[in-house]
Amino acid sequence: MDKKTLTFVLMDAPYENSRTTTAFRLIDAALRKGHDVKVFAYEGAVALPFARQAQHPNAVHGRDAAQEDHPNPKEWIAALQQAAAAAGSKLEWMNCGLCVDERGVGEVIAGVGRGSPVDLWKWSEASDNTLVIATR
Amino acid sequence: MANYLLIESRDPWESNDAASWQEVAAGLVKEGNAVTFFLVQNGVLPARRSSKSAGLAALARAGVEVLADDFSLRERGIDSGRLADGVKPASIDVVVECLAAGHKVIWH
Repeated sequence: MDKKTLTFVLMDAPYENSRTTTAFRLIDAALRKGHDVKVFAYEGAVALPFARQAQHPNAVHGRDAAQEDHPNPKEWIAALQQAAAAAGSKLEWMNCGLCVDERGVGEVIAGVGRGSPVDLWKWSEASDNTLVIATR
Repeated sequence: MANYLLIESRDPWESNDAASWQEVAAGLVKEGNAVTFFLVQNGVLPARRSSKSAGLAALARAGVEVLADDFSLRERGIDSGRLADGVKPASIDVVVECLAAGHKVIWH
């Protein structure tokens, strides 16, 4: 299989839409097939790797945060980074800086960069293909 | 001739433009392109035999490959062995393979 470089463009904020789950499934599948992946997040999607996401208890079911073990998107991204390393692939994640500043989500997990739509254009030009997963 | 993968994530009972997306697929194949129509998320709901399945069957008859994401089917309790005419279950790997092959992949 030829290694390709694929760019995914995400727009959805975390905790809101199935598109985020599908996007992560696509990125995971691409990495496991050995492709290099670039993710450009803008609008609400810049909160996906926000470092201050925290687990919470579930009072309705009487479970504390550890028992609930509620996954957060930042952990999914970290898992994708690990999957990339295991597969010999490369995962680059860039947040739109303006979108980050608007939302105050500048504290991000390791491996997440900051850029502008110009970087998205450059990434897209340098990639074999690009998929935009936009909100409606 | 080009290769297209059109992704449909929308529920046709909720979004009238789901029908428009099927029309795009039909138009592309009519003009001689190779078209795959990939259902995902609530887009798989018409893959269960229903009042909205006829459009998918018509696409398949027209030469469009109509696929339904197996994960989305399982999430919604839709038996992948009893799908509407012309619809086949598939892994999401199909999307990655089409991207890697340079197909025109468009999300809806």
